[in-house]
Amino acid sequence: MKDQPTPHDLDGNPVTPGLPMAMLAEITHRCPLACPYCSNPVELTRAAQELPAEDWGRVFREAAELGVLQVHISGGEPGARRDLAQIVGHARDAGLYVNLITSGIGITRDRLEELDRAGVDHVQLSLQGIRPDMADRISGHPGSWDKKMGFADWVTQIGFPLTINAVVHRQNMERLPDMIALAERLGARRIEVATVQFHGWADLNRAALMPTRDQAGFARQVVNDARLRLRGRMVIDYVPADHHAVYPKACMGGWGSTGLNVAPDGSVLPCHAAQSIGWMRFDNVRDRSLGEIWHHSDAFNAFRGTEWMAEPCRSCERKTVDFGGCRCQAMALAGDARATDPVCSKSPLHAQVVARAEQDADRTEFVYRRMKKGG
Amino acid sequence: MTAAPLIAPEDVPYLPRGVRLQDDRVRGIRVLQAPERAMQLDAIGDAILSELDGKRSLDSIAAALAARYHAPVEQIAGDIRDFLTGLIERRMVFVKGAP
Repeated sequence: MKDQPTPHDLDGNPVTPGLPMAMLAEITHRCPLACPYCSNPVELTRAAQELPAEDWGRVFREAAELGVLQVHISGGEPGARRDLAQIVGHARDAGLYVNLITSGIGITRDRLEELDRAGVDHVQLSLQGIRPDMADRISGHPGSWDKKMGFADWVTQIGFPLTINAVVHRQNMERLPDMIALAERLGARRIEVATVQFHGWADLNRAALMPTRDQAGFARQVVNDARLRLRGRMVIDYVPADHHAVYPKACMGGWGSTGLNVAPDGSVLPCHAAQSIGWMRFDNVRDRSLGEIWHHSDAFNAFRGTEWMAEPCRSCERKTVDFGGCRCQAMALAGDARATDPVCSKSPLHAQVVARAEQDADRTEFVYRRMKKGG
Repeated sequence: MTAAPLIAPEDVPYLPRGVRLQDDRVRGIRVLQAPERAMQLDAIGDAILSELDGKRSLDSIAAALAARYHAPVEQIAGDIRDFLTGLIERRMVFVKGAP
């Protein structure tokens, strides 16, 4: 073991890393869909740069030794990798609980059975809308709706637990009750109702996606009512529209505290949007072990603890509740990753952010998520 | 305040597919793993969940644990009912025959 300096935040204050519980493994950025709010970075990684399956195997073993219990195998569309079952097998061999996060497009019934044998524990299926026209327009993929409905049936026939992931925004929020009803009909154990987070692609599409204040209130009411009605039958997890909230979301439950994300090329990120913080440098599993990166990389240590915070966070009693909010949103809206998340009502920029969100609702067409040609 | 129970004395609780009771060797604890959730268990929670075999009812599990821990069966049955109700709400425990 090499001597390592004591972990410290970006100001040099000592920090104490905990242990991660969950790892997001984005095994590819390739995807047949083109959703305008995709959480992948605007600069997408190409197939040639993707980490091979055997490297993923090593990363999963290192993750398990580090304390990770669950892996979320995602993308892009993970099914775009022909060696997906092999990757899943490596994760199970390492002792991890395997969540497959998929669009359902491009995975046949035979392949889903292969993934069952490889050890997938749970399937999360994304939903872009409630009818063929809406789902296909938002995903930019004609025929996506029919394929998804067929895929959902296979999932429950094989016996996997199913979660429906419904991303909501200005153009589909009124249909939230129908999305919940559909998840019930499909036999889902859970539905995640996630309001679009405005990073990367979604930020390019703010004017078409930003929900109104009324919509955010409506969604909250629908979720509260459905939770009562479906108690014991379906779990509803809800990511509210933070632009209309009083306090910011507790991003990642605290930076570098419980989760990590490995990108298709092996870069290790504290969260999936962290590359939007332009000055931050990320280590790669091709160069260092996951444990070393977790404990010693500058990116993970930068915002650990609370000493790095400025006012109004520094003297705020909520600083260990929401950790100053989202660092990437602070970067995007305040131009400073250390700032209080501007969606917080205590941020000096809050009034500006709210005014902008109110004005945003003026467009319907999308900038679709696509890889650049050539390169 | 306790929420209305979601399990009756004669009901048979079980861990459905996708929910696993296991050791967390790194932290030295027992955990219940479920879709996108991992829950730390104390010794009591672990003892209750280890009894779930998909055959015995809540009542018969309560009787077994009451005998093992020399505790009043009514109290044990109430504790199990409340603990399992919380997990049924989170869809981490199922009840045989329930929709």
